[in-house]
Amino acid sequence: MNKKHLSAGMVHTLLLSYTLLALWPIFLVLINSFKTRKAIFKDPMAIPTVETFSLVGFDKVLARSSFDIYFSNSIIITVVTLTLTLLIGAMAAWALSEYKFRGNLLMGLYLAIGIMVPIRLGSVSILNLIVELNLTNTLTALILVYTAQSLPLTIFILSEFIGQIPKDLKEAARCDGVSEYKIFFEIILPLIRPAIATVGIFTMVPVWNDLWFPLILAPGEEARTVTLGVQQFIGQYVTDWNAVLASLTLAIIPVMILYIFFSRQLIRGITSGAVK
Amino acid sequence: MIMTVSRKTLKSFPTHIVVFLAPAVLIYSVFMIYPLLDSIRLSFYTADQAGVTTFSGFANYVTIFTDEAWSNSFWNAFKNNMVLFAIHMAVQNPIGLMLAAILSLPRLTGRHTYRTAMFMPTMMSVVIIGFVWQLILNPLWGVAESVMDLVGLADYFEPWLGQEGTALVTISLISVWQFVGIPLMLLYAALLNIPEDLVDAGQIDGANHWRIFWYIKFPMILPAMGVVSILTFVGNFNAFDLIYALKGGLAGPNFSTDIMGSFFYRVFFGFQLQLGNPTMGAAVATLMFLIILVGIMIYLFGVQRRLNRI
Repeated sequence: MNKKHLSAGMVHTLLLSYTLLALWPIFLVLINSFKTRKAIFKDPMAIPTVETFSLVGFDKVLARSSFDIYFSNSIIITVVTLTLTLLIGAMAAWALSEYKFRGNLLMGLYLAIGIMVPIRLGSVSILNLIVELNLTNTLTALILVYTAQSLPLTIFILSEFIGQIPKDLKEAARCDGVSEYKIFFEIILPLIRPAIATVGIFTMVPVWNDLWFPLILAPGEEARTVTLGVQQFIGQYVTDWNAVLASLTLAIIPVMILYIFFSRQLIRGITSGAVK
Repeated sequence: MIMTVSRKTLKSFPTHIVVFLAPAVLIYSVFMIYPLLDSIRLSFYTADQAGVTTFSGFANYVTIFTDEAWSNSFWNAFKNNMVLFAIHMAVQNPIGLMLAAILSLPRLTGRHTYRTAMFMPTMMSVVIIGFVWQLILNPLWGVAESVMDLVGLADYFEPWLGQEGTALVTISLISVWQFVGIPLMLLYAALLNIPEDLVDAGQIDGANHWRIFWYIKFPMILPAMGVVSILTFVGNFNAFDLIYALKGGLAGPNFSTDIMGSFFYRVFFGFQLQLGNPTMGAAVATLMFLIILVGIMIYLFGVQRRLNRI
């Protein structure tokens, strides 16, 4: 195949076919969740019409499971983890990139271990620890573990950004006698806002999507997350197609809306070389 | 810990540095580093029925490698995990590279829209994506079959997810479909970072797009390919969610989709009639840690060093 003869038409055909392959399965689930059982089987590819439209699946999901609780659990876990990670991660990143102290390099390496070594491998001891702290089936357990999981990459990326901030800004503030805390919270933090947004999305996605830790640390109904909730619900009602499709749609829609909203930010973050 | 630090070091260590570092270091050490180390320690212990642990040296490891049932399960999971990794390397990364190469072509309209759409599945939960494909491949619904019928291949349809011989490959391909966005984005970023004069020089010398890609661009993005490979490796040997969502803890049919992550879960937590065994689970986790470590070492000392020499 000679790229010189790869016309614009061919390029777009290729890209469009792949886009179709990427979106079609999700689209299919979305449209069928709004149809009657009969219509789901009769013509899966058709979009819902006035005759085939039905919300019976959603009624069943909301009646048989506490999706509202799962959602609020997932939202609380994600938001608190995000806030905690970004705040203490930025503080640590600032300390590492700004101050030359003994053991700086060693501390940086220590904090970087978690970028490559998956936290799941420590699950046996994490469970023991959570049991000892009396935190099983609580959101706090998940928040603490997810914060530990998210910190290494957050610190790594934010230190790169903080390192790029011009020296004059900080030195001018120091000459005026501004404290180190004030410099960080009032000058540095606002400056790295774009980087924080990017890192925030990187942190949020794996936390929201995780199945492992909810399954091991918080399987109980009251602390269940959306991902675990959907998994358990589908396991139970696997033959009820309306309910299965509706539960998947309920899980997909919020992520999709957030993604469409933040995709530009996220993709810019990746392509600007934030992650190397 | 601070108690043990001598007064002299404390004096030479400004408080604000400690304040900035302490919260992150504390949470990270307690909930990540300590459990990882403690897990390795636990792997050298055995527990009796009352839950009392006693030191037993390498007994757990000896069991895993010499007991027939254990070693069969371990090597089966390891082999399946290698197959999963091989499929990702052979399918996901080349497709990601191809799409990235096309997306980075100059004067392409709709670049943003394509990128956004292609990256969408990567953002979704593995559990959700797994169920979506389970429905599509379900013979009861017949969607996959009717799509294949459009190109005249309906006769070749089989319930791939349910058959022992095809389940692992099918699950691997579902995962490939979902995560193609990662090599796509990282390689795309690398391609955008290539200085334009290099490409211009190639064009002046009369090279076509194809030759420019393979002789100028591709060598420049080899480091990014290395990063993609190691990310794929760590991700695959840490995978669990997709298998558990689609096949449960037993990773059926007949353990044909069992990988290290699901094996670890079953040993540690138990499943149905099998009782969980935390210290044995810790041994499996330690072995997974060693496998990942070997992968990272090969990357750092084999791949990356050679790339730097180019």
